[in-house]
Parts: sequence; C-alpha cells; structure tokens
Amino acid sequence: MRARVCDSADEAVADVADGATVLVGGFGLAGMPFTLIDALIRRGARDLTVVSNNAGNADVGLAALLAAGQVRKVVCSFPRQSDSYVFDGLYRDGRIELEVVPQGNLAERMRAAGAGIGAFFTPTGAGTMLAEGKETREIDGRLHVLESPIRGDVALIAAHTADTAGNLVYRKTARNFGPVMATAAATTIAEVRDVVEPGQIDPEVVVTPGIYVDRLVRVEAGDRA
Amino acid sequence: MTRSKDEIAAAVAADIPTGAYVNLGIGQPTTVADHLDVGHGVVLHTENGMLGMGRAAVGDEVDPDLTNAGKVPVVETPGCSYFHHADSFAMMRGGHLDVCVLGAFQVSVAGDLANWHTGAPDAIPAVGGAMDLAIGARSVFVMMTLFAKDGTPKLVPELTYPVTGLGCVDRVYTDHATFALADGAVTVVETFGSTADELADRLGLELRTP
Repeated sequence: MRARVCDSADEAVADVADGATVLVGGFGLAGMPFTLIDALIRRGARDLTVVSNNAGNADVGLAALLAAGQVRKVVCSFPRQSDSYVFDGLYRDGRIELEVVPQGNLAERMRAAGAGIGAFFTPTGAGTMLAEGKETREIDGRLHVLESPIRGDVALIAAHTADTAGNLVYRKTARNFGPVMATAAATTIAEVRDVVEPGQIDPEVVVTPGIYVDRLVRVEAGDRA
Repeated sequence: MTRSKDEIAAAVAADIPTGAYVNLGIGQPTTVADHLDVGHGVVLHTENGMLGMGRAAVGDEVDPDLTNAGKVPVVETPGCSYFHHADSFAMMRGGHLDVCVLGAFQVSVAGDLANWHTGAPDAIPAVGGAMDLAIGARSVFVMMTLFAKDGTPKLVPELTYPVTGLGCVDRVYTDHATFALADGAVTVVETFGSTADELADRLGLELRTP
C-alpha cells in the first residue's frame, strides 16, 4: 500500500504493540529516528525486542527507550560504548537480554528478510563463540555458518527527504541501516526533514523506493531534543 | 630501541599499496591515516557506509550526519561515495577491500585473530564489524604491542582469548618486530632492539628469517 503522511509521530506509532520486534535505524546518533522513538516512549509499548547497531548513547533516543523499561531484549553488534551507561546498567542488573551479532550479519540478516531469503551461509563468525549451536558447512574449503533472517514488526528509520509516494533519500553516513531496515519490517515508518510532491525527487537518486515505506512523519531539523 | 606507536603506524602505512581500498579499525589503526600520503591514492572505507573518507572534522566542518566507525565527525574527499550498511559489509565480506588494519589481544602462528572480547565474565561483549573485516579483507594487518603489560606474549602458539577469525592475519606490526604469517609459519621481517633469536626465546616460538 502507498505511504501515508501522518500528522504526528504519535499517530505513526499508535499501533506498535507490546512484544513487538522493532528495527531502529542509526549508527550511534547518526540516522537515529529520535522523534519516532520519543513517540514510542509516550505510546508505552512494552516487552519490545529492539534490533539496532548499538544499544543507545547517553540519555537520548534509543537509550531513553531502554531507560523507560520498555525493552526486553536488544539485538545489536556493539552495545558497549563510552556513553552506553543506560544499557550497561540494565545489563549488569540482569534486566535486559542481549544478542550480539557481527555487524555484517546484522545487516545481511535483515537484507535476507527483506529479500525473501530463508537463510544464508557466511564465513563471518565461523569458529567463534557467536556461531555456537549454529549449523556450519565447508564451502570452497572455508568454514561457513548458517544465519537466519531478522524480521521486524516495525522499522523506525530517519531519512532526509521523502516524497508523498514514500521514496526516500538520505544524507551522508546517516543512511547506514535505514534502507536495509525499510525492507525488513511489516510496517516501515520514516521520519524525514522534508516531504515533497511526487516528481520532486529525481528518480535516479531515490535510495529507498516507496514500496518499502508505509508511514512518513515530517520533523524539524531542530526536533532532536 | 623498540618502535613507538607512531613508528608502527608509519610502517603499516608504508606497506599499503598505491590505490588500495583500506579499512582502518577503531583505535590505534586509525592513526595509520596520519602517515598515508594523499597523493598515494589510498581510499579509506568506513563500515558505516562511505568510501573516500577524509580526516577528522574541525570547527564548522562538524556534521552529525557524517562520522567514521568510531562515531567521530569526519570530512569528505573528492570522489567519495555513500552506501547503506548491507552494501558496506558486502564490500568487506565479498573480498573487495585490499587491506584492513586491526588491533589485537592475541594473534596465533596460524593467523587466528582475537580482538573482540577478553572473555572476562563481567565484560559486555561487543563485536561490531571485527569478524566481517577479519574474514573479508584480502590482506589483514594487525598492529599491537608484542607483549602484554604483564610481559605475556601476544603472538602465541594458540589463542586463549575468544576467536574473532581463523587463519586471517597476514602481517603483524609490533614494537619489537614485524612478522609475516603464512602456512602456519612466522617469518621475522625486521626487528627493533633485539635479534630474531632473542624474540624466538621470549615468545617460545620457532621464527623464520627471510
């Protein structure tokens, strides 16, 4: 279905249910959908599984969602950072589950979900503790690990500009996981700094075609609070 | 005299071929960039979706949408490009990067790498892109001190730290020597402050000389 432009972030996340798997874009703070996360905190959905590269920085965005006690499990590649104290505290207190995934597997597992691929073999992680319990196979003389797709009930991503058909363009390295997550969730919600009419984005530069985008919310560049 | 960290970085930079696509890991490896001649034509890759990454941004150049893998603001270079995470890691995993430079807790004579987790029970595991880089780049260079602070060798017969990647390391640059690893054997390329025989004794390893 074509993308819908929502009047508010609260409207956009109003149906995110308890227990949902939420893909959250961003690499550190670059590309993090702050406005949508804040709305999800107000929405109050609990028992969430969050899939994101990191596990929150300082007290904002994803860290604020963790601090609100709404997340049961984090699936990420790099939780521990100099300013990940919210996650660190919850983890050490045994109040949050962690699945560490090599970053390329994280991206590829979501890509696989979006592309209808049932599973894939990769040498990344072979012979390591992150492959324990997983099926392995030697391919062309090299050990590979079987990895399965990661699907989201909802993806929350940030892009730079959308048209009302849902086509997205991003800005610099804030693109990161956005285009992959957009393909991997049942419902993809993008916050963007500008919404324009169809035809105003050069089709040659569209990064995420509108077919992957369900809802759009326009946010002011200064909305990051 | 042993080599300083800066001299190790310079030695790594000197071994990176003209025109190579290179990923520099977080931490010490980042300092290799200071020794790469721009005219050298080396193109830096950053895992968060950019080729042609420039130096650290200063003052008005700082843009929260443009950072390196360590989340430090950086600048563009002419001819740079952006791409999403699955493409970025396809470059790494698909064997398209010529060289990656990583730090390490331990490297084994077979080229096994340990650099992501100390295995300590209270440590929070965080792997990032280390396992993808280790298995994906055509050449994997490691920069590290040859001995831990307590004097324990970090070039070892077999890893005791958790594995990042098996049989992936090609060269090891340390304060005491540069080593080339191939087919389960370690060759001493050059030494600093001691002889190859002395290092073989301290490490308890058989070392070849070229």
